[in-house]
Amino acid sequence: MHRFANPARFMRLSAAILPWTAALSVVLLGLGIYLALFVAPPDYQQGEAVRIMYVHVPAAWLASFVYALVALTSAIALIWRHPLADIAAQSAAPLGAGFTLLCLVTGSLWGARMWGTWWVWDARLTSVLVLFFLYLGYIALVNAFDEPGRGARAGAILALVGVVNLPIIKFSVDWWNTLHQPASVFRLGGPTIAAAMLWPLLIMALGYTLLFATLLMVRMRTALLAAKLRALRLAEVEREAASLMPQQTALS
Amino acid sequence: MTSAVMTYLAMGGYAAYVWPAYGVTLLVLGGLTLWCVGAYRRRQRELERQQRESGR
Repeated sequence: MHRFANPARFMRLSAAILPWTAALSVVLLGLGIYLALFVAPPDYQQGEAVRIMYVHVPAAWLASFVYALVALTSAIALIWRHPLADIAAQSAAPLGAGFTLLCLVTGSLWGARMWGTWWVWDARLTSVLVLFFLYLGYIALVNAFDEPGRGARAGAILALVGVVNLPIIKFSVDWWNTLHQPASVFRLGGPTIAAAMLWPLLIMALGYTLLFATLLMVRMRTALLAAKLRALRLAEVEREAASLMPQQTALS
Repeated sequence: MTSAVMTYLAMGGYAAYVWPAYGVTLLVLGGLTLWCVGAYRRRQRELERQQRESGR
């Protein structure tokens, strides 16, 4: 595991994988949007408004999945102190916040027409809003310290505490009365959604996931370049200081 | 032809909800992509400049 988590190796591996995940995500998102808008049938209750599902549900899945990843990499960073784990968590968080925001906005548009309201303070909607604030809190906390290591540790602890919200989001539609419909894909006994709607949805979800993987690698590479830049600048400052030293000794 | 397109665009009366949902999706996913790639390119340029200066 540690062999693959070596920064130099990560730069090589990600450079090789990136073009493929980027291209595949574009193809899948293009195909998914085509299927969602032109091929998938209208719903017998919701009519054409059901097409919002294909952009809303993958965003909701990614919102929770990315948070789980932030928490997992935070745990690895806390336990094994591996620098790449911190970088992974911090790189993933803003992407997760983006997916959560997308989930909230598209859900609001869907609800406005289907429920007759943009927002209700019920368990599903509120717990996803809490998820969005957890992301924002994590990002703010990580950047709130002068010493990056302390910020990373505080953020990692917040990320782990926030994991309690994930099962609340997942089971909120079963535990409480809500306007939000219950799970229709990931449920015991298999999906209840029609195959003609399930396939476009899964293709969109895969496209979202690959886009996330691509952007995560881009952000992790950016962070590693920034670390290299800091090291180079530090080395230069030290060299300049060293070149000043003999003159100082000559003067004294 | 045009009426078929208009019927399609009307989304069975849900146009005002379906199209903004796809629009905001494009905006968020596209915006995230531009933000990430832009930051990467900026760092790359800074690093190249620093390496040239350090190499003097």
